[in-house]
Amino acid sequence: MIWIDTIIQGILLGGLYALFAAGLSLVFGIMRLVNLAHGDLIILGAYIILISVTVLGLNPFFAILIAAPLMFALGWALQKLVLNRTLGEDILPPLLVTFGLSVVIQNGLLEGFSADSQRISAGALETASISVGPISMGVLPLLTFGSAILVIVVLNHIFYRTAIGRAFRATSDDAVTASLMGIKPERVFATATGLAMVVAAIAALYLGVRANFDPSIGPARLIYAFEAVIIGGLGSLWGTLLGGVIIGVAQTVGAAINPEWQILAGHVAFLVVLLIRPRGLFPRGN
Amino acid sequence: MALLETKGLTAHYGDFQALFGVDIHLEQGETVAIIGANGAGKTTLMRSITGVLRNAPEQILHNETPIGHLPADTIMKRGIAMVPEGRKLFPSLSVEENLIIGGQHKGGRDLGDRIDSFLSRFTGAPDPMELAAGHDGAGYWTLETIYELFPILRERRHNPGTALSGGQQQMVAIGRALMSNPYVLLCDEISLGLAPVVIKDIYAALPKIKESGASVIVVEQDIGQALAVADRVYCMMEGRVTLEGRPSEISRDDIHAAYFGAVA
Ligand SMILES: Nc1ncnc2c1ncn2[C@@H]1O[C@H](COP(=O)(O)OP(=O)(O)OP(=O)(O)O)[C@@H](O)[C@H]1O
Ligand SMILES: [Mg+2]
Repeated sequence: MIWIDTIIQGILLGGLYALFAAGLSLVFGIMRLVNLAHGDLIILGAYIILISVTVLGLNPFFAILIAAPLMFALGWALQKLVLNRTLGEDILPPLLVTFGLSVVIQNGLLEGFSADSQRISAGALETASISVGPISMGVLPLLTFGSAILVIVVLNHIFYRTAIGRAFRATSDDAVTASLMGIKPERVFATATGLAMVVAAIAALYLGVRANFDPSIGPARLIYAFEAVIIGGLGSLWGTLLGGVIIGVAQTVGAAINPEWQILAGHVAFLVVLLIRPRGLFPRGN
Repeated sequence: MALLETKGLTAHYGDFQALFGVDIHLEQGETVAIIGANGAGKTTLMRSITGVLRNAPEQILHNETPIGHLPADTIMKRGIAMVPEGRKLFPSLSVEENLIIGGQHKGGRDLGDRIDSFLSRFTGAPDPMELAAGHDGAGYWTLETIYELFPILRERRHNPGTALSGGQQQMVAIGRALMSNPYVLLCDEISLGLAPVVIKDIYAALPKIKESGASVIVVEQDIGQALAVADRVYCMMEGRVTLEGRPSEISRDDIHAAYFGAVA
């Protein structure tokens, strides 16, 4: 019984990792840009929510209504003013620039909020749980997982069923020909990064409510996100969710065996999947 | 007044100069063919007109407005559409989506343009709606009329664009360009690599395209085809126009000389 419980915890934790990863996956899928500051941008989002909650006294789930548009604007401007200039044949400039950005965000947050760890308070929800037969599940992890599924459904809908999604795919295929269709690739990329930052804001909410955070933890979250994206296969959001679940389950199972093995078990699972399926579980043709 | 005109058009790829003062013009209702050997600069001319390559403003005029400096998306929104060399269908899009995307941003009326247009009042940046010059993209061509023009595409509409035969892909590329109801349609080597019967099918669409109100420039390697469809022909060689005339007025020898250079 304890094992079923552990595995369910792991699956639900995977939802959080999928939320970390979905924005990363979206941006990579559309413009082949690896955003090394993605984890730090999530932490930034968590601080925006924290401020909304503590200063404005909002419920964190309403605070997202402030954080999401702010993060969209930030992502849009970041892409338009900075990252678009780094895109090209050479993959090194975006890596260098986003690495630099990661350092800037961490230090900016350190200046503004000190290194103290913070927590977004969600009141009774933090400890609420529901029981299904003998198994008890936290409401918060369930909400996280449900949100991950919803985010993926919505992103897939946008990507495959809407005009902007068509523009995403066309621009990703061939930016020059897309411009002959009246599309401004810079604008499409800015919109995509804005969208990725909205997902980051949602990830930030659950990150901040679930556990303590401080300005330095972004890169570690980025690694889980990367692993989820790569296990899932680049470009597949459902694959990313499965990747998150695999890492989540490996971590909780590892921790159940020996608390020190939690992180290690996640990385080992990642390596094992890569050994068996070097291109991930659901690689998109290309 | 010419619908479209290039004046002393030059183009460069890095240090390499590909066009040396090209003057062509297209009148309302005309079909103009551009012929020339491989590397003559035909595609470069198309890339310049469509804004993929940027030029000095005055080197390209659309209804006497300088447009040489405008980016590709703005040129398209003015009603100048392109069937690019090699078709360039979007592999991630189905046939129908390839068609839809051709008309999706016509006329400079998408949300981004509206926002930029609003902001331009304060920033002094050019107004994208104004640059679109009143082309609203409305007209004869819709998904339905494209499917009437090329019925096979209706059957294949859910296939990936790249899963079609070469001729069908070319139909998609033409349909995609028509979806914006352009005033000017530029076609770069639409017969390349296709069997003669397929070429015939594709050129059979031309009268209908003209009837819809588009004026057309076709780039053709096939001289016979070019002479058959065009009101006027330009021949290019090494980045220059070496011959201009009506098909009835130019002789085989003229073309031979213009195509390959004077026989030494
Ligand atoms: N991207 C590029 N970079 C450098 N040089 C180029 C590039 N594209 C074309 N050129 C050169 O510019 C010249 C004109 O090429 P262009 O493609 O315009 O010719 P074309 O008339 O369309 O030929 P084709 O009939 O083979 O399509 C050629 O000498 C070509 O090598
Ligand atoms: Mg060419």
